[in-house]
Amino acid sequence: MWIYEKKLQYPVRVSTCNPMLAKFLIEQYGGADGELAAALRYLNQRYTIPDKVIGLLTDIGTEEFAHLEMIATMVYKLTKDATVEQMKAAGLDGHYADHDKALFYHNAAGIPFTTQYIQAKGDPIADLYEDIAAEEKARATYQWIINMSDDPDINDGLRFLREREIIHSQRFREAVEILKEEKGKKKIF
Amino acid sequence: MKQVPAEYYQLMEQLQAVDFVLVELTLYLDTHNDDLEAINQFNHYVKERKRIKKAFESQFGPLQQFGNSYSGHPWNWDDSPWPWQI
Repeated sequence: MWIYEKKLQYPVRVSTCNPMLAKFLIEQYGGADGELAAALRYLNQRYTIPDKVIGLLTDIGTEEFAHLEMIATMVYKLTKDATVEQMKAAGLDGHYADHDKALFYHNAAGIPFTTQYIQAKGDPIADLYEDIAAEEKARATYQWIINMSDDPDINDGLRFLREREIIHSQRFREAVEILKEEKGKKKIF
Repeated sequence: MKQVPAEYYQLMEQLQAVDFVLVELTLYLDTHNDDLEAINQFNHYVKERKRIKKAFESQFGPLQQFGNSYSGHPWNWDDSPWPWQI
Protein backbone atom coordinates (compact mmCIF):
# COMPACT_ATOMS: atom_id res chain seq x y z
CA MET A 1 0.00 0.00 0.00
CA TRP A 2 1.08 3.56 -0.63
CA ILE A 3 -0.04 6.68 1.22
CA TYR A 4 -0.05 10.02 -0.58
CA GLU A 5 1.24 13.07 1.24
CA LYS A 6 0.05 16.55 0.25
CA LYS A 7 3.56 17.93 0.04
CA LEU A 8 6.40 18.11 -2.47
CA GLN A 9 9.67 16.47 -1.46
CA TYR A 10 11.47 19.76 -2.20
CA PRO A 11 9.95 23.17 -3.00
CA VAL A 12 9.39 23.82 -6.71
CA ARG A 13 9.58 27.44 -7.75
CA VAL A 14 9.37 28.79 -11.28
CA SER A 15 10.67 32.23 -12.31
CA THR A 16 8.71 32.78 -15.52
CA CYS A 17 6.32 31.05 -17.89
CA ASN A 18 8.62 29.03 -20.19
CA PRO A 19 7.02 26.29 -22.30
CA MET A 20 10.33 25.57 -24.06
CA LEU A 21 11.88 24.52 -20.75
CA ALA A 22 8.79 22.40 -20.04
CA LYS A 23 9.38 20.61 -23.35
CA PHE A 24 12.90 19.64 -22.21
CA LEU A 25 11.73 18.68 -18.72
CA ILE A 26 9.11 16.26 -19.98
CA GLU A 27 12.08 13.99 -20.78
CA GLN A 28 12.32 13.28 -17.04
CA TYR A 29 8.56 12.64 -16.85
CA GLY A 30 8.01 10.09 -19.62
CA GLY A 31 11.48 9.53 -21.08
CA ALA A 32 13.73 6.46 -21.01
CA ASP A 33 15.70 7.57 -17.95
CA GLY A 34 12.91 9.59 -16.38
CA GLU A 35 11.28 9.32 -12.99
CA LEU A 36 8.32 7.18 -14.13
CA ALA A 37 10.68 4.62 -15.66
CA ALA A 38 12.78 4.66 -12.47
CA ALA A 39 9.82 4.10 -10.15
CA LEU A 40 8.36 1.31 -12.26
CA ARG A 41 11.77 -0.34 -12.74
CA TYR A 42 12.59 -0.62 -9.02
CA LEU A 43 9.13 -1.40 -7.75
CA ASN A 44 8.85 -4.22 -10.29
CA GLN A 45 12.31 -5.71 -9.67
CA ARG A 46 11.82 -5.84 -5.90
CA TYR A 47 9.55 -8.92 -5.95
CA THR A 48 12.33 -11.23 -7.04
CA ILE A 49 15.44 -9.51 -5.61
CA PRO A 50 17.09 -11.08 -2.51
CA ASP A 51 15.54 -9.98 0.81
CA LYS A 52 18.59 -7.92 1.78
CA VAL A 53 17.83 -5.28 -0.88
CA ILE A 54 14.01 -5.36 -1.14
CA GLY A 55 13.75 -2.47 1.33
CA LEU A 56 16.16 -0.34 -0.68
CA LEU A 57 14.32 -0.93 -3.98
CA THR A 58 10.98 -0.20 -2.28
CA ASP A 59 12.21 3.05 -0.74
CA ILE A 60 14.06 4.37 -3.79
CA GLY A 61 11.10 3.39 -6.01
CA THR A 62 8.81 5.33 -3.69
CA GLU A 63 11.10 8.37 -3.70
CA GLU A 64 11.02 8.32 -7.52
CA PHE A 65 7.26 8.98 -7.40
CA ALA A 66 7.98 12.07 -5.29
CA HIS A 67 10.44 13.18 -7.99
CA LEU A 68 7.83 12.50 -10.68
CA GLU A 69 5.50 14.86 -8.85
CA MET A 70 8.20 17.55 -8.69
CA ILE A 71 8.78 17.30 -12.46
CA ALA A 72 5.02 17.40 -13.09
CA THR A 73 4.78 20.51 -10.91
CA MET A 74 7.59 22.19 -12.87
CA VAL A 75 5.98 21.37 -16.23
CA TYR A 76 2.57 22.50 -15.00
CA LYS A 77 3.87 25.80 -13.64
CA LEU A 78 6.00 26.51 -16.71
CA THR A 79 3.07 26.06 -19.12
CA LYS A 80 -0.10 27.03 -17.26
CA ASP A 81 -0.02 30.69 -18.35
CA ALA A 82 1.36 30.09 -21.84
CA THR A 83 -0.64 31.27 -24.83
CA VAL A 84 -1.25 28.98 -27.80
CA GLU A 85 1.28 31.08 -29.72
CA GLN A 86 3.89 30.50 -27.00
CA MET A 87 3.16 26.75 -27.02
CA LYS A 88 3.64 26.67 -30.79
CA ALA A 89 6.82 28.75 -30.66
CA ALA A 90 8.24 26.36 -28.04
CA GLY A 91 7.69 23.36 -30.32
CA LEU A 92 4.79 22.11 -28.20
CA ASP A 93 2.31 22.41 -31.11
CA GLY A 94 2.11 18.62 -31.46
CA HIS A 95 1.60 18.26 -27.72
CA TYR A 96 -1.06 20.96 -27.68
CA ALA A 97 -2.96 19.38 -30.60
CA ASP A 98 -3.29 16.13 -28.67
CA HIS A 99 -3.33 17.20 -25.01
CA ASP A 100 -3.93 20.95 -24.66
CA LYS A 101 -2.01 21.77 -21.43
CA ALA A 102 -2.47 18.31 -19.94
CA LEU A 103 0.70 16.48 -18.99
CA PHE A 104 1.49 13.26 -20.76
CA TYR A 105 4.07 10.52 -20.34
CA HIS A 106 6.27 11.11 -23.35
CA ASN A 107 9.84 12.24 -23.84
CA ALA A 108 11.18 15.61 -25.04
CA ALA A 109 10.76 14.46 -28.65
CA GLY A 110 7.11 13.50 -28.06
CA ILE A 111 7.63 9.72 -28.13
CA PRO A 112 5.17 8.06 -25.73
CA PHE A 113 6.42 6.16 -22.69
CA THR A 114 7.05 2.47 -23.21
CA THR A 115 8.00 -0.33 -20.81
CA GLN A 116 10.86 -1.08 -23.21
CA TYR A 117 12.70 1.59 -21.19
CA ILE A 118 12.88 -0.72 -18.17
CA GLN A 119 14.43 -4.11 -17.58
CA ALA A 120 13.89 -6.99 -15.17
CA LYS A 121 16.31 -9.84 -15.67
CA GLY A 122 15.69 -11.69 -12.42
CA ASP A 123 19.44 -11.86 -11.87
CA PRO A 124 20.15 -9.58 -8.89
CA ILE A 125 23.54 -8.33 -10.09
CA ALA A 126 22.23 -7.70 -13.62
CA ASP A 127 19.21 -5.84 -12.21
CA LEU A 128 21.25 -3.72 -9.81
CA TYR A 129 23.80 -2.81 -12.50
CA GLU A 130 20.88 -1.76 -14.67
CA ASP A 131 19.65 0.41 -11.80
CA ILE A 132 23.06 2.03 -11.27
CA ALA A 133 23.27 2.79 -15.00
CA ALA A 134 19.74 4.23 -14.95
CA GLU A 135 20.64 6.59 -12.08
CA GLU A 136 23.80 7.77 -13.85
CA LYS A 137 21.86 8.38 -17.08
CA ALA A 138 19.20 10.32 -15.17
CA ARG A 139 21.94 12.37 -13.48
CA ALA A 140 23.42 13.20 -16.89
CA THR A 141 19.98 14.15 -18.26
CA TYR A 142 19.43 16.55 -15.36
CA GLN A 143 22.81 18.12 -16.16
CA TRP A 144 21.93 18.56 -19.86
CA ILE A 145 18.63 20.22 -18.89
CA ILE A 146 20.35 22.50 -16.35
CA ASN A 147 22.81 23.47 -19.12
CA MET A 148 19.89 24.57 -21.32
CA SER A 149 17.89 26.31 -18.59
CA ASP A 150 18.25 29.95 -17.59
CA ASP A 151 15.61 29.77 -14.84
CA PRO A 152 17.42 30.00 -11.47
CA ASP A 153 14.41 28.74 -9.50
CA ILE A 154 13.93 25.68 -11.73
CA ASN A 155 17.67 25.02 -11.63
CA ASP A 156 17.57 24.89 -7.83
CA GLY A 157 14.98 22.10 -8.01
CA LEU A 158 16.87 20.33 -10.81
CA ARG A 159 20.12 20.40 -8.83
CA PHE A 160 18.32 18.75 -5.90
CA LEU A 161 17.03 16.01 -8.22
CA ARG A 162 20.47 15.57 -9.82
CA GLU A 163 22.01 15.04 -6.37
CA ARG A 164 19.35 12.44 -5.51
CA GLU A 165 20.41 10.41 -8.57
CA ILE A 166 23.95 10.34 -7.18
CA ILE A 167 22.74 9.11 -3.78
CA HIS A 168 20.58 6.41 -5.37
CA SER A 169 23.49 5.25 -7.51
CA GLN A 170 25.71 5.02 -4.43
CA ARG A 171 23.11 3.06 -2.46
CA PHE A 172 22.67 0.62 -5.36
CA ARG A 173 26.45 0.15 -5.51
CA GLU A 174 26.39 -0.73 -1.81
CA ALA A 175 23.55 -3.18 -2.48
CA VAL A 176 25.77 -4.94 -5.04
CA GLU A 177 28.51 -5.26 -2.41
CA ILE A 178 26.01 -6.60 0.16
CA LEU A 179 24.89 -9.31 -2.28
CA LYS A 180 28.46 -10.21 -3.23
CA GLU A 181 29.30 -10.56 0.46
CA GLU A 182 26.24 -12.77 0.99
CA LYS A 183 27.24 -14.97 -1.91
CA GLY A 184 30.77 -15.26 -0.53
CA LYS A 185 29.43 -16.31 2.88
CA LYS A 186 27.35 -19.10 1.35
CA LYS A 187 30.42 -20.58 -0.34
CA ILE A 188 32.12 -21.03 3.04
CA PHE A 189 29.37 -23.29 4.37
CA MET B 1 -1.43 30.14 -8.00
CA LYS B 2 -3.47 29.81 -4.83
CA GLN B 3 -2.74 32.26 -2.04
CA VAL B 4 -1.53 30.72 1.20
CA PRO B 5 -0.26 32.53 4.30
CA ALA B 6 3.50 32.91 4.80
CA GLU B 7 3.34 30.51 7.72
CA TYR B 8 2.18 27.73 5.38
CA TYR B 9 5.48 27.97 3.51
CA GLN B 10 7.51 28.21 6.72
CA LEU B 11 5.99 25.12 8.32
CA MET B 12 6.04 23.23 5.02
CA GLU B 13 9.72 24.00 4.56
CA GLN B 14 10.48 22.83 8.11
CA LEU B 15 8.69 19.58 7.33
CA GLN B 16 10.51 19.20 4.00
CA ALA B 17 13.85 19.75 5.75
CA VAL B 18 13.19 17.12 8.42
CA ASP B 19 11.77 14.72 5.86
CA PHE B 20 14.89 15.12 3.75
CA VAL B 21 16.94 13.93 6.72
CA LEU B 22 14.54 11.01 7.19
CA VAL B 23 14.62 9.97 3.51
CA GLU B 24 18.41 10.15 3.50
CA LEU B 25 18.71 8.13 6.70
CA THR B 26 16.14 5.59 5.49
CA LEU B 27 18.12 4.83 2.33
CA TYR B 28 21.39 4.85 4.27
CA LEU B 29 20.03 2.44 6.88
CA ASP B 30 18.70 0.16 4.14
CA THR B 31 22.37 -0.60 3.38
CA HIS B 32 23.89 0.04 6.87
CA ASN B 33 21.41 -1.61 9.23
CA ASP B 34 23.82 -1.81 12.18
CA ASP B 35 24.73 1.88 12.48
CA LEU B 36 23.40 2.78 15.94
CA GLU B 37 24.33 6.45 15.69
CA ALA B 38 22.32 6.78 12.46
CA ILE B 39 19.38 4.94 14.04
CA ASN B 40 19.43 7.29 17.04
CA GLN B 41 19.51 10.24 14.66
CA PHE B 42 16.62 8.69 12.71
CA ASN B 43 14.46 8.24 15.80
CA HIS B 44 15.23 11.78 16.93
CA TYR B 45 13.93 13.15 13.63
CA VAL B 46 10.86 10.88 13.69
CA LYS B 47 9.85 12.70 16.87
CA GLU B 48 10.66 16.08 15.31
CA ARG B 49 8.55 15.20 12.23
CA LYS B 50 5.55 14.32 14.44
CA ARG B 51 5.81 17.72 16.12
CA ILE B 52 5.94 19.69 12.85
CA LYS B 53 3.21 17.56 11.22
CA LYS B 54 0.89 18.29 14.15
CA ALA B 55 1.60 22.03 13.98
CA PHE B 56 1.05 22.12 10.22
CA GLU B 57 -2.14 20.06 10.23
CA SER B 58 -3.73 22.05 13.06
CA GLN B 59 -3.54 25.13 10.85
CA PHE B 60 -3.72 23.86 7.29
CA GLY B 61 -5.52 20.51 7.40
CA PRO B 62 -4.50 16.91 6.84
CA LEU B 63 -1.26 16.05 5.02
CA GLN B 64 -2.21 12.40 4.57
CA GLN B 65 -5.44 10.49 4.56
CA PHE B 66 -6.72 6.92 4.68
CA GLY B 67 -6.62 7.48 8.43
CA ASN B 68 -3.07 8.75 8.76
CA SER B 69 -4.35 12.20 9.72
CA TYR B 70 -7.39 13.36 11.69
CA SER B 71 -10.17 15.06 9.78
CA GLY B 72 -11.85 18.40 10.47
CA HIS B 73 -15.54 19.04 9.82
CA PRO B 74 -16.50 19.23 7.02
CA TRP B 75 -14.12 16.69 5.45
CA ASN B 76 -11.07 18.78 4.55
CA TRP B 77 -8.65 16.34 2.97
CA ASP B 78 -9.69 17.32 -0.55
CA ASP B 79 -9.40 21.07 0.07
CA SER B 80 -7.05 23.08 -2.13
CA PRO B 81 -4.26 23.85 -2.40
CA TRP B 82 -2.58 20.77 -3.79
CA PRO B 83 1.22 20.88 -3.87
CA TRP B 84 1.51 21.98 -7.51
CA GLN B 85 -0.94 24.86 -6.99
CA ILE B 86 1.15 26.95 -4.60
